[in-house]
Amino acid sequence: MHQLWLIPALPFAGFLVNGIFGRRLGKPAINAVAIGSVLLSFLWVVKTLFALGPLESAYTESYFTWIQSGIVNVGFDFAVDRLTAVMLLVVTGVGLLIHIYAVGYMSHEGGYYRFFAYLNLFMFFMLILVLAANFLLLFVGWEGVGLCSYLLIGFYFLKKSAGDAGKKAFVVNRIGDFGFSLAIFLTLVTFGSLDFGAINAKAAAMSPETSAGVITGICLLLLVGATGKSAQVPLYVWLPDAMEGPTPVSALIHAATMVTAGVYMIARSAALFNLAPIALEVVAVIGLLTAVLAATIGLAQNDIKKVFAYSTVSQLGYMFLALGVGAYSAGIFHVMTHAFFKALLFLGAGSVIHALEGEQDLRHMGGLRSKIPVTFLVLVCAAVAIAGVPPFSGFKSKDEILLAVHAHSPWMFWVGVVTAGMTAFYVFRAIFLCFFGSYRGKAHPHESPLVMTLPLGVLALLSLGGGYIDVPHYLAPLFGQPNTDHDMTLVAISVGAGLAGIFLAWLFYVVKPAIPEALAKGLSGPYKLIYNKYYVDEVYDSLVVHPLRDGSRSVLWRGIDAGLIDGAVNGAGTLARSIGAGLRTMQSGYIRRYAAWVVLGSIGLVAAVTFLGGAR
Amino acid sequence: MNLLDLLLLIPAAGFFITLLLPRDNPGLVRNFALGLSVVVFVMSLGLIGPVQSNPDAYSFESNAVWIETPHIRYHTGVDGLSLWLVILSTLLTPICILVSWKYIQKRVNEFYAFMLLLLVGVIGVFVSLDLFLFYVFWEVSLVPMYFLVGIWGHDKRIYAAVKFFLYTMAGSVLMLAAIIYLYNKTGSFDLPGIVGLIGDGRLALSPAEGFWLFLAFFFAFAIKVPLFPLHTWLPDAHGEAPTAGSVMLASVMLKLGTYGIVRICLPMFPEAARDNAPWIIGLAIAGIIYGALVAMVQPNMKRLVAYSSVSHLGFVILGVFSFTQAGIDGAVYQMLNHGISTGALFILVGYLYERHHTLEIADYGGVGTVAPWLTTVFMVTTLASVGLPLLNNFVGEFLVLQGAMQVSFGYAFFAAIGVILSVVYMLWMVQRTFYGETPDEVRRHVTDLNGREWAIMLPLIVLMVWMGIGTKSFLPPITANNQKTLEMVLQPSGALNAATTLPAKESVHAR
Repeated sequence: MHQLWLIPALPFAGFLVNGIFGRRLGKPAINAVAIGSVLLSFLWVVKTLFALGPLESAYTESYFTWIQSGIVNVGFDFAVDRLTAVMLLVVTGVGLLIHIYAVGYMSHEGGYYRFFAYLNLFMFFMLILVLAANFLLLFVGWEGVGLCSYLLIGFYFLKKSAGDAGKKAFVVNRIGDFGFSLAIFLTLVTFGSLDFGAINAKAAAMSPETSAGVITGICLLLLVGATGKSAQVPLYVWLPDAMEGPTPVSALIHAATMVTAGVYMIARSAALFNLAPIALEVVAVIGLLTAVLAATIGLAQNDIKKVFAYSTVSQLGYMFLALGVGAYSAGIFHVMTHAFFKALLFLGAGSVIHALEGEQDLRHMGGLRSKIPVTFLVLVCAAVAIAGVPPFSGFKSKDEILLAVHAHSPWMFWVGVVTAGMTAFYVFRAIFLCFFGSYRGKAHPHESPLVMTLPLGVLALLSLGGGYIDVPHYLAPLFGQPNTDHDMTLVAISVGAGLAGIFLAWLFYVVKPAIPEALAKGLSGPYKLIYNKYYVDEVYDSLVVHPLRDGSRSVLWRGIDAGLIDGAVNGAGTLARSIGAGLRTMQSGYIRRYAAWVVLGSIGLVAAVTFLGGAR
Repeated sequence: MNLLDLLLLIPAAGFFITLLLPRDNPGLVRNFALGLSVVVFVMSLGLIGPVQSNPDAYSFESNAVWIETPHIRYHTGVDGLSLWLVILSTLLTPICILVSWKYIQKRVNEFYAFMLLLLVGVIGVFVSLDLFLFYVFWEVSLVPMYFLVGIWGHDKRIYAAVKFFLYTMAGSVLMLAAIIYLYNKTGSFDLPGIVGLIGDGRLALSPAEGFWLFLAFFFAFAIKVPLFPLHTWLPDAHGEAPTAGSVMLASVMLKLGTYGIVRICLPMFPEAARDNAPWIIGLAIAGIIYGALVAMVQPNMKRLVAYSSVSHLGFVILGVFSFTQAGIDGAVYQMLNHGISTGALFILVGYLYERHHTLEIADYGGVGTVAPWLTTVFMVTTLASVGLPLLNNFVGEFLVLQGAMQVSFGYAFFAAIGVILSVVYMLWMVQRTFYGETPDEVRRHVTDLNGREWAIMLPLIVLMVWMGIGTKSFLPPITANNQKTLEMVLQPSGALNAATTLPAKESVHAR
């Protein structure tokens, strides 16, 4: 036994201590509990992985039977294979850095203990998610991280927008979970088990012809779940709003870890998806569509966190694209590198916001390069990584994805390249607007303390060099050998697109700032469309939310409940009362009249029994 | 006289004693009622061991002649189906007494006496094995609830109480007719006896007889559940009842209906149950979605929770009529879960009402700032109610939906929509009540939980977690008993072993 349960249990203990006693504890104690528990968890992950060695096959620990009834037999089981190993290191490692950073970032905020309690609870559920040995336990983590996301988005609960955003995230995710849960039910009916090991074994033995229909159904339902959690079209709308939460939350939950759960889940179900080529094609198309759509929106946003939020949606689309073309290991590789550079982008943005006392609008920044040089430096590291500049981490994983995509279908490759160009453009647009030119705001910028810049530095190193951690080969036993035949022309094309994006951003926002304004005026139609995010929220509101609410109120409640059903019930009551009033005249008090009624009644009864043949 | 008889006798004695206690000493009355109900609860725990070791037979059985002609017997017993429902009732009674501690200030003796009488009634229903006795307890439970709503309720209490009474009476009259018809056929009111006669073919009911008898029982139970569209008494009764009344109504009395279906309708009329399952499931699913949508637009907290019960109980009916092991186990488990989490919700709404004297959601806001622990407990209860994993409702909903999926993808699909909607209405209420800026009125009135309120909520929270994770403590006796019931229901259509193989949908709903 390697006591895998300790990995999630440690942050959970931190949650309990800070959640229950946090109000009475001082900040040092809260920090010690919150960071200490995650640090220990990280160390336990490292220790366990060393002890487990090469992990050629999955290592499983069973604790107890959770639910047993009929065909349901679900255990509380954890398992570690190479996929889980990668996720464990990313989650606990990046999670630890963000916890440390948050000590500095949240130092002036109210509800300090509450924040760290939620953050630890999130770690607990995220670790259950990646350790789960069956679908139902994965679902536990899945729902749990959704809950923490809800709580943390609504952390500033005095603001109505924060509460709204939290609720939106929970509800939209529930729509995804609806699909996921149906997939689970269908899986159990089809395979008689929810254990990944058993399902993979059975799926491998299945012939594609006999099982195609139901497996495709399961995979598409799983995909519905994944689009919710990982913010894909059409359920991505919650993620940009989720930026209402504190910035460390945006970095940890809404960039590095939780939103990649959908990618993880599909990779985890690779055995099923491999039997369902149609479903895989749908995954690829949705991923591509999301990548393009979100990137275009990102071009025109002015809130620095919103830019990075749409960038996250877009990058998640990239990961789905990878999954869809069957390059699971490339998708997971991008999960990891993205965790590094996107966490860094958010934390760096947080450092800027911290320096500017809460300002998030790019139009009120500028010229900060000299005032907060460390933040500037690390953000540039993140930017070159995400823009796909070789040899940094984003280049490595994006390259891996685009090559696989090209092998699958060239047109998708070209769309992916254009997206890569847009990615480079909007990230560097943010960098230039923030750090170049002259300062346009009113605050007095100051560099962040060491407790914040230290994690930034570590993440910067990982963003630059993380691409040399060869995840695709490590995952080869699970997903097959990656394509090693690197076509240099294709590599050059995608790198060129990234560099072109950077160059355009430089031209637009440093050299000739008049160009973007002219463009916005000249192309006011398309500009308005992307600036207003294609009006998707408005469409959802008027097509789904409002009809549902108003219909429920006026038709269901006032119409059917109060009008139809209660109308009938009250009508019956009135009818009974008038019959009673009629009958009351029979109670005249005259014995003779009663006798007459008795005789009449008896005659009627006898007649009825005779005609109807009696009860027996 | 065994333990089960004592569980009926002690609260019955308590009912009379409470009425006789001095009227100028409400403290004594409260303490007496609380002490007595705690004793009953502790004693009821003694049922667990024997029933768990023999869950598909009746334990603590008593069988004595009550009335010679007609042949009515005092026949009681408890098995895996009724065990936890009895304990749920004995647990919630002291909790409800504690809930009413400060709130009930008029006619204190009568109030607590009725609480104890209600306990007699509901335990009686759960343990009766004689149909006439069952009917008697059914009516006994109705009376105290009528008064609890009618005397200690809110403004529209008389309307609500009368509506509740008439609705339920309409059903129970039909049930009585069916019971008497069966007595005419068999000369017996004995439930296991009649089930045995039907099971081995000694009593052959024509399809028409089976259908109408099934329908008479089912109608009575469906009103109690309440199954859409027979539910409109519920929001009124809940909305107007005092907190303790709402809790007992939602947590225990609604279960009388679902319990009756599993105990009586399924084993006695298996063929009719199978034939009628499709439209019943249709109504259950309609209720799941309808209840949730109407709950969403309620401006009044109690009515919101009441409509959510319509939705939750739809899951129970769906599970029962899926005729799968998982589905029916989930249904019974969900009866208990709903008792715990909805009971807790009503208690918490009652806490808010006692502070701010309004149930309109619009009058609240920002409670989180002034009462963080109340908010936390409310949040946990909400999460249990919306079926978050590791909390109790998830297990029940999961099993029910799994059972539904075994029968038909469409059933699971539409029922699962209710799971989405539950989040919508609950979180919207939470947001409007607890989030945001705190209005002065709220700041002045709303305080955090006190010791008594903690003592009430803690056991419920513990149960939510325990029933969500440690299902092994609760499920096995339920499963064992349901297995027997399922065999009876599915028997005529061939050798179906629901425990190990999938009943294909054709055979489940075959004629």
